[in-house]
Amino acid sequence: MGNYLFTQPFFKKNGKAVAIYFLVAIVFWFVFLVIIPQLYMLDLSFRSNVPPLARGGPQDFYTMEHYQHFVFGSKTSLDAFNFVDLGVFGRTILVSIMVTIANLLFCYPIAFYIAKIANPSTARLLIVSLIIPFWINELLRSFALRILFANEGVINNFLTGIGVIDQSILFITYDIGLYTGLVYAYILLMMFPLYNAIESLDINQIEAAKDLGSSSLRTHWRIVIPHAKPGIVSGCTMVFMLTVGALATPVVLSSPNTLWFPQLIYQWFNMNDNWSRGSAYSIILLIISVIFVLAMMRIFKVKIGEIIK
Amino acid sequence: MSADVELNNVSVTFGSFYAAKSVNVKINGGEFFSFLGPSGCGKTTLLRAISGFQDPSEGSVLIDNKDMFGIGPNKRPTSLIFQNLALFPLMSVSENIAFSLEVRGVSKKDRQKRADELLELIALEGQGEKKVHQLSGGQKQRVAIARALAVEPKVLLLDEPLSALDLKLRQRMRTELREIQKRVNITFIYITHDQGEALTMSDRIAVMNEGEIEQIGLCDEVYNNPLTPFVATFVGENNPLFGKVKEINQNKVKIETPDGDFLSTMNENKRLNIGDEAIAFVRPESLFIPRDGDNFDNQIDVNIESFEFEGNIKNFYATLTSGTRIKFSIPNAIDTSSISSGTKLQLGFESIKSSILPKAQLAID
Repeated sequence: MGNYLFTQPFFKKNGKAVAIYFLVAIVFWFVFLVIIPQLYMLDLSFRSNVPPLARGGPQDFYTMEHYQHFVFGSKTSLDAFNFVDLGVFGRTILVSIMVTIANLLFCYPIAFYIAKIANPSTARLLIVSLIIPFWINELLRSFALRILFANEGVINNFLTGIGVIDQSILFITYDIGLYTGLVYAYILLMMFPLYNAIESLDINQIEAAKDLGSSSLRTHWRIVIPHAKPGIVSGCTMVFMLTVGALATPVVLSSPNTLWFPQLIYQWFNMNDNWSRGSAYSIILLIISVIFVLAMMRIFKVKIGEIIK
Repeated sequence: MSADVELNNVSVTFGSFYAAKSVNVKINGGEFFSFLGPSGCGKTTLLRAISGFQDPSEGSVLIDNKDMFGIGPNKRPTSLIFQNLALFPLMSVSENIAFSLEVRGVSKKDRQKRADELLELIALEGQGEKKVHQLSGGQKQRVAIARALAVEPKVLLLDEPLSALDLKLRQRMRTELREIQKRVNITFIYITHDQGEALTMSDRIAVMNEGEIEQIGLCDEVYNNPLTPFVATFVGENNPLFGKVKEINQNKVKIETPDGDFLSTMNENKRLNIGDEAIAFVRPESLFIPRDGDNFDNQIDVNIESFEFEGNIKNFYATLTSGTRIKFSIPNAIDTSSISSGTKLQLGFESIKSSILPKAQLAID
């Protein structure tokens, strides 16, 4: 068996040691870090919530109650549906889509500028200045924004100081801080796929379109965007998934009366000690992310291989 | 509809570097005109100045007597064919061809009609639905031409579009380009470093060197009567014989070289005086092995070093008594089997087939 394995092209090409390392690393990563935890969570989400000691006992049985709770609410509730959780969920999805679109609109011109207009030294400078802020931890960046947007924060103090406004703008209360923070949090994951995709476009394509009478706008619509489509889909799916699953930014920046869906999951796991329900909510989030990716691929007619590129 | 293109004292500078310097040329409507020069001579810069991607730093570009300054490439009556063609890979052949009509808001039906007409012109009927990558090199070439012609430009600009093709296809495309130009009857401005391309297709050519035009003229005129040593050695091959002017008799000039005196022909525009440093040029195909009864104006002693067989001709490399190397070509129809390395020969050439010019930079230095 061992001999058979080692004569495979993969082993011949990379050498025994490297090949074994790759194999072990990939199997470990995939099986232990991806499949087993997800399967465990999937299993947990269909089980009744019992203390660890009662696991496997008579109280531990398969049930749909956690998913039912998400849709219909607690059994004692008078409402027909779980409006609170469904509302948080819907709002999270909707805001995440808006954040993704905002990110795309914000990044596309910059990515195009860096890739095709700026001279090489300016482009490098811009890329570095985009990256450096992300050396700082996400939580700290959120707090920095909090300091900016607080009622007695930098922006409000400045604006009242110069007399533009006489009352603080409630950035946090109206979640302006949250939206800004979410747009900012994963912006690089939109920027770089877009930049890579646009950068690989032959400049002659743009000039040819122009020479044939195309306006700048139309050249973008017909030449640049179709070429950059895999990058757009890749950036959008990453930003959407991370935004929809963001925890640190909403914890720091959301107004006291709004919840982000991952905060809800966090509450079930940590505060209410109901891992089963938390798992069920996580699975729901996972499913919606997968649907989003598939929908993006369908809408933009892009194959999975192109996105990964 | 074709248009005249006039470059008036056009200079294009990048910093302190002159990519094109005081270029003056008037290209007539319906003419096939080529800019010929080595890479980096500024010919592409001129093309970009005509197409509108680069406004001149000095001087003006006139198309149909209208100054084009500040008018973008999408607003000029010109179409450019790029060196790498720049076909749109995500569009079908028809969409590529009709792109210029699409951006002008022409209806889909009319676009399709025009695309079909052009597909017929380039002999690709019924292949409009194909994707660009499904075409061969020559077909891509023709699609690029059709795409450029779709808006009915008055001037078609071509930036070495044949350079990526193999030899046979390139030769066929030369003929085809020339035919298409006659059929559509618009001004073609062609950029190339390949003198064969320029000579076979063009009505007139301009030879460029280091941003400046060295000579403008009909193809045979430029080949037979070069105005500068650069042109003499860049267009076709030429053997330079360096020396001093010894005698002048009307346009016949005798030059004294370390390998003897030769009689050569002076261009009226390039007067020489006795004692001037000069170069007499003689082309490889103008050097003959004299047969009985032949009487050439000039004789030259050579020592054969090596030869190569090219097919229709055989090229010989030889040294003169001074050590200067020269090349001459003999048609394959003539038996040269007795000549090999070390053979000593006397060659002859006519003074009318040799030009003499004041000493200056050659193209082959």
